[in-house]
Amino acid sequence: MSAFWHWFVIIITLGFTAAMVWLFIATGRARVPTGTNEEGEETTGHVWDGDLRELNNPMPRWWLWLFYGTVIFSIIYLVLYPGLGNYQGVLGWSSEGQYEEEMARATAEFEERFGELLELPVGEMVEHPDALRLGRNIYAHNCSTCHGSDARGAPGYPNLTDDHWIWGGEPEQVFTSIHDGRQAIMPPFGEALGEQGVTRTAVYVQQLAGQSVDRSMAEAGRRHYEQQCAACHGPDGTGNVFLGAPDLTTGVYIYGGSLDELRHTIRHGREGVMPAQRDLLGEGRSKLVAAYVLSLSRNDDE
Amino acid sequence: MHEKIEKNIGLMAILIVIAISFGGLVEIVPLMFKASVVEPAEGVEPYDPLRLAGRDVYVAEGCYNCHSQQIRPFRAETERYGHYSVAGEFVYDRPFQWGSKRTGPDLARVGGLYSDDWHYLHMMDPRAVVPGSNMPAYPWLAERYVDPDVVQRRMRALKRIGTPYSDEDIERAYEAVAGKTEMDAIIAYLQGLGTEWTGQHATGDDS
Repeated sequence: MSAFWHWFVIIITLGFTAAMVWLFIATGRARVPTGTNEEGEETTGHVWDGDLRELNNPMPRWWLWLFYGTVIFSIIYLVLYPGLGNYQGVLGWSSEGQYEEEMARATAEFEERFGELLELPVGEMVEHPDALRLGRNIYAHNCSTCHGSDARGAPGYPNLTDDHWIWGGEPEQVFTSIHDGRQAIMPPFGEALGEQGVTRTAVYVQQLAGQSVDRSMAEAGRRHYEQQCAACHGPDGTGNVFLGAPDLTTGVYIYGGSLDELRHTIRHGREGVMPAQRDLLGEGRSKLVAAYVLSLSRNDDE
Repeated sequence: MHEKIEKNIGLMAILIVIAISFGGLVEIVPLMFKASVVEPAEGVEPYDPLRLAGRDVYVAEGCYNCHSQQIRPFRAETERYGHYSVAGEFVYDRPFQWGSKRTGPDLARVGGLYSDDWHYLHMMDPRAVVPGSNMPAYPWLAERYVDPDVVQRRMRALKRIGTPYSDEDIERAYEAVAGKTEMDAIIAYLQGLGTEWTGQHATGDDS
């Protein structure tokens, strides 16, 4: 705030406070032209509508002292807290400072209680019941919106309880998926393959997953697959965790495995996004969630 | 003088207005000259045409009745929504969408939190992705188209009151929103919310 506005605020604020006090003292002392009404009570002498008179009684004391009390309160407040222009107040309070303090306290407590836990690599956290309990809470608040509260996913959102990992199931890979997010791109092949090519390729993809399909269709689809798809999904269809290209041999699909759904995926492509949790969760909490997610598929094995 | 004022209601009204306007003069007017309040925060740009159209959908559908767009500096809020909001993030919001009620979550930093597909599903049928949600569905957004003329007129109006759009920006806006649905627009708007400010980790400079 520039010096002008600094003084603008101070002068008006204090000036008004002083003016209010002056007003009460001055009007209390002022000699008003007085008269008396029929009952002999003192009036201000003002008359409305012929017979309405204003009594000249003093203000009730309790009310007056309440008023002076608010003046004293506001002066104390303006000394302690920021209010007068750039003046920061004796206490040095600011909303930002109060927030930082609150965060520092919470962080210190978190460190104290869970610091050792957070030092563990994700792979070891999976063995730690405390870590899993924390991870489950964080999951419920942040991840269940898409992956479901039971973590079994939904069309477009991978099931986290099985053993299929699009971006890799190593602890570090799962952590990266959460912390940094993932951006998958399956380009649309509708124009390149034509409608017939799309169908044949879809049939071949079904064959990769071990379904019994029309052999001649699949054979025709295989050629398309080798030209267009093998680069990412691999010649044998087992996918590539570094590109986020799903394994096509397992029969597990994010966007559905029916012929129609596969054709749609091939024709129009897909853009799967896992939003990065870096800013909201930070490293420690991302690790806890990674451990929890890993534990889900482990329980499945048992 | 006392008698003159109390018998002249017009004069008294004028004097009352003068007396109470001092509060506004002290609390509001200096803010209009404060850089951190009236200048865009680092990285904050005017809305691109599609987001601007989405903002209009947001206002038209009354989203502000249930969603706020202001994260206050409390741990309980920043842990859930992200860094608290700063004034400079809202300079291109005319009017701002701070809201005052949170039936739904705060949206000040919802950008990037979910995928575009998620938003589409969620608008068509909120219960499909959030079982306990009580948000209404907005399926008609997918059928209604953004009017490019309206977007251009709006950009011209905003330019007149200070948003730095160039004539070129306004010309290109037609192309940018033609053929887009209101659904595309509101998703673009939501995905941009709170993502532009780059000063999150800088120390607050209050000059």
